[in-house]
Amino acid sequence: MTDSAKTLHTEHMVINMGPSHPVTHGTVKFTVTLDGETVHDLKVDIGYLHRGFEKMCENGTWEQVMPYTDRLNYVSPLINNVGYALAVEKLFGVETPARCQYIRVIACEMARICDHFTNIAAGAMEVGAMTVFLYFVEARDLLWDLMEELCGARVTANYVRIGGLKNDLPEGFGAKTAKAFETCRELWTDVDKLLTKNRIFIDRMRDVGTMPAEEAMAYGFTGPCLRASGVPYDVRKAHPYLVYDQLDFEIPVGETGDNFDRYLVRMEEIQQSMRIVEQALAQLPAGPINLDVPGLRWQSKDDTYNRIEALIFHFKTITEGIQPPAGEIYAAVEGANGELGFYLVSDGSGKPVKCRVRPPSFPMTAAMPRMMRGRLIADIVPTFDMINMIGGECDR
Amino acid sequence: MGLINTFSAEEPLGPNVVVTRLEAAINWSRKYSFFLYPFATACCAMEFMAVGGPRYDLDRFGAALPRFSPRQADLLMVVGTITHKQAPILVKVYNQMTEPKWVMAFGVCAVSGGFYDNYATVQGIDTLIPVDVYIPGCPPRPEMVLDGLMLLQEKVTQEKWSDWPKGPAPVKMKC
Amino acid sequence: MSPNATLDKISRQFPRSVIETHTWRGDATAIVRREDILAICTFLRDDPELAYNFMMDLTAVDYLGKAPRFEVVYHLYSLSKNQRVRIKAQVPEADCAIDSIVSVWIAADWFEREVFDLYGIVFKGHPNLKRILLYEGFEGHPLRKDYPVKQRQPLIGPLN
Repeated sequence: MTDSAKTLHTEHMVINMGPSHPVTHGTVKFTVTLDGETVHDLKVDIGYLHRGFEKMCENGTWEQVMPYTDRLNYVSPLINNVGYALAVEKLFGVETPARCQYIRVIACEMARICDHFTNIAAGAMEVGAMTVFLYFVEARDLLWDLMEELCGARVTANYVRIGGLKNDLPEGFGAKTAKAFETCRELWTDVDKLLTKNRIFIDRMRDVGTMPAEEAMAYGFTGPCLRASGVPYDVRKAHPYLVYDQLDFEIPVGETGDNFDRYLVRMEEIQQSMRIVEQALAQLPAGPINLDVPGLRWQSKDDTYNRIEALIFHFKTITEGIQPPAGEIYAAVEGANGELGFYLVSDGSGKPVKCRVRPPSFPMTAAMPRMMRGRLIADIVPTFDMINMIGGECDR
Repeated sequence: MGLINTFSAEEPLGPNVVVTRLEAAINWSRKYSFFLYPFATACCAMEFMAVGGPRYDLDRFGAALPRFSPRQADLLMVVGTITHKQAPILVKVYNQMTEPKWVMAFGVCAVSGGFYDNYATVQGIDTLIPVDVYIPGCPPRPEMVLDGLMLLQEKVTQEKWSDWPKGPAPVKMKC
Repeated sequence: MSPNATLDKISRQFPRSVIETHTWRGDATAIVRREDILAICTFLRDDPELAYNFMMDLTAVDYLGKAPRFEVVYHLYSLSKNQRVRIKAQVPEADCAIDSIVSVWIAADWFEREVFDLYGIVFKGHPNLKRILLYEGFEGHPLRKDYPVKQRQPLIGPLN
């Protein structure tokens, strides 16, 4: 630097990457203190999408919570549904029939694939690769067509019920899934060819947002971000639920914990999830999908209209809610972002005392300042994308 | 807004063929070239991505390009729930947009608060800013969004010069 | 380690602090005195047989009508032992404060801010105890049972 440059007076500039910003997914405010283009400090403000999930749950019955869970991680809503249903079933101490468990696995994994498609599509678009967005949105639409056949809704499915499911798989679901997966795999290969060895993409993502394994664990990271840091923790393998212990799949683990590893982990997880769905469809047993416990799960319409006991149970569970025994449990499933835990407290009545969601992307958003100090302002974009903060679950 | 309105062409000349043809031409060009400001907050953003995607193409309506600066946008699509913490930002963005501007309430949370009838959610953005098109649904199917966009286009066709400017949002900011 | 083994170890190490333990539905739970929470959490993290290196969740429950009114609940996970435990500390309404465990697991930072925001429990020693989910001037703590769900506290508006 010349002498005149050394005597120049410089100041840190504070910039607001406000809550209405394409990169911050509309609900996070970054207050960035900049020294030129280098981030000196970053403050994160969340809560712009706090919709009072817990308060609404405490004011309704146990089954009325189900539509609210859809809107938590709204990119993979079926996983939230399944997580909540499993948690309430743990409170009751019951397990659903085998066919129901297999279908829940299929639903979860399809939702996980949709989540990873959306995340990579948005991430690539925000660093400039518009084509990837169009390809993966088309792939996601194909899967949403399948979801629509399954439960009637594309996004907020509300398909899982406590003690079972809303309805069984439709006719020909297996064949349609196979066809959709063929196209999804082609699109996946296209995106892989476009991004994985792309100089520009690698320069934006490699060694950016690095989080070493020890610190990631101290911050409470879980899911693809933790696995990208090298820690092989996946709830499906550590505490198997549903029928994951009978299915053959691998969990990809990264090395450095930077954004590129997170991208690679998610891409590989898409392939593994497709494998799981295909195995589950092949191994699907016949049988009922709902538990035959009238106080927990409604009986069929046939029964309800023709037998007085079923009608009475139906009436009571709607007006008073199902009544789990008093106590508290914590049940975790592997959400697309990490460990999605439900902590439920019951006092024996039809309304929850406490219905807490452990949000997987909350600790990752808290770690943004740690990842961004000393980096350039343009690095905020890919890092925040690859963390996959979903406002619905972070703010609840 | 410019020479035409201050000249108030309609009063001395009346709705004659020159004025109405000019209005029709301007409305035609406005309705086929919306620059969206997707104020996306929640789950409806997923359906917004699908509407912009290759299957339910927004580009054929001329509305493909989102402009992330309010100064450059004319269609404010409020996509998703607005909470009380977010409300001042919504009003500020609306006030910063230049006229003519239209507002689309995308999704039932923006229309009326949805099923979030609680302490944190704004019960409909029409308590804050004037809304032109309401698209209910949780989230609305892309076909509904395109239908809503076409309704907005019909509304724009009926507009007159004297409709603009309308001024900032009438709600008072407490701060 | 089985759930009971963890609880036995905590009870032996802190005999006066542990009020009650149970393993309902397989979840190891210990209710402890709030004064010793920092010591207990440090022990849980540092003891080589327990090694609870993940603080999965930190929340609170409002038992309106019971004394003490609040319970702060910590969910911990040990990666190497693949074991979970729940620690609960009761906090009365009158002296609504408990020690912050940010120095043990930095993950507790934002979780404690959320509990402060929604329940009003003060965490002593927290570096930045401000509201996180609600706007700065919000009055009240909405997740308390005596806060009505439909109470309106708009920042601007409404027009109608």
